[in-house]
Amino acid sequence: MTQELSAKEFIARRIALELKDGDVVNLGIGLPTLVANYLPEGVHLMLQSENGFLGIGPVPEDVPPIGKPRMVNAGGQPCSIIPGGSTFDTSISFALMRGGHLDACVLGGLQVDENADLANWMVPGKNVPGMGGAMDLAVGARQVIVAMEHTAKGEKKILKKCNLPLTAKGRVSTLVTEKALFRFHDGKLVLEEYAPGVSVEEIRAETEASFTVSDKLKEMVISQVGL
Amino acid sequence: MKSKRLEIEKVASFLRDGMTIMYGGFMGNGTPPRLMQAILDSGVKDLTMIGDDTAFSDATKGPEGVGLLIRHHRVKKMITGHIGLNKEAQRQMIAGEMEIELSPIGTIAERIRAGGSGLGGVLTPTGVGTTVAEDKQDISLNGKKYDTKQTLNINGKDYLLELPLVADLAVLEAVKSDKMGNLVYYGSMRNHNPLMALAAKTVIVEAHDVVEVGYITPDEVMTPGILVDYIVYPK
Repeated sequence: MTQELSAKEFIARRIALELKDGDVVNLGIGLPTLVANYLPEGVHLMLQSENGFLGIGPVPEDVPPIGKPRMVNAGGQPCSIIPGGSTFDTSISFALMRGGHLDACVLGGLQVDENADLANWMVPGKNVPGMGGAMDLAVGARQVIVAMEHTAKGEKKILKKCNLPLTAKGRVSTLVTEKALFRFHDGKLVLEEYAPGVSVEEIRAETEASFTVSDKLKEMVISQVGL
Repeated sequence: MKSKRLEIEKVASFLRDGMTIMYGGFMGNGTPPRLMQAILDSGVKDLTMIGDDTAFSDATKGPEGVGLLIRHHRVKKMITGHIGLNKEAQRQMIAGEMEIELSPIGTIAERIRAGGSGLGGVLTPTGVGTTVAEDKQDISLNGKKYDTKQTLNINGKDYLLELPLVADLAVLEAVKSDKMGNLVYYGSMRNHNPLMALAAKTVIVEAHDVVEVGYITPDEVMTPGILVDYIVYPK
């Protein structure tokens, strides 16, 4: 089953099980956005859009043209707002992040290191899009869940020390890849789950960071929604 | 009461080379398009623009927002959080044609809020230990001068000291204004607009609808009209 899924979908399906009904969550652009597709029945999140509202809803049937008043998400794409949602200015929106009012954020990653540091916003000389809201999210959400493929073209991404510019220091709580789930406990990286068919040895070989193996190590279970 | 109505052709009289302008909007949503066009048409240049992001360079994906002024080389410096969906902004930054100060969006919002609220600055944990903490910034702290941002440890926690932002002009977009400039925004279009209304010497709003005073109830007002100097009415 799992080998039929792309790494991204597999990761998103695992993270979907991390979130609880009623959680207030910010999903980053890209892979993290997929998480919303795999929430188990009965789990409803209040999704924050950093441009200034709570309660992201689906793309409406009639999207007003560019230039007319319309709702967009943080990526500037049309969306709606669910009943119970609320709108506010940027100061409040980022106060929700920095002030610890979000249960969790899910962010993409370029590198994570054993100090729980995250690098995800720039590759010097290559791509400098700007940090947007990533630094505020990483510094303030109660749980910072990083969704990241385990390696990139054979290069390790879970390192002793990030060598790309950091997004935040010491803030990652959970790291999910297509091979493993790690959590930071008291600042130490712990392997808690392995993907079906992946050995601890394989995870060690593809991870530069030092980690311990949880005594409750288990095989990863992912959301089965739609499978 | 003196009318706040401003004809779009008169916007040019508030513009000069080298000025600093704040523009509302997030990915162009809430950026006043006719005011952006008026700034372009005035021929003004060497602008410092302060806003969330540089919106879209691909018009099929979303509004161009401040990108209109970037594309025509009117912007000398941007203070913004994200330029990732504007290829021309990225190109100008890499080519050294435009200076870009990248800042976390939450920090930009609070710097604007501080500038408009009479605060001396903001202490934020955002950016501590990152390149943001090493950014150039002339600052005098207790009489001592520094040339980079300063990290302060307060009661055991590190914060960056971020300085207020103010501007000569703020250009806003509101879905509704009364004739006194009391503003209502729609949905995601509010974003930085209410903060910028506080932080600029002159505030011009482009309104989709202008109504008589009293048609917007006090509880509905999102930006008090006393902050708005001029209203550009819909066509």
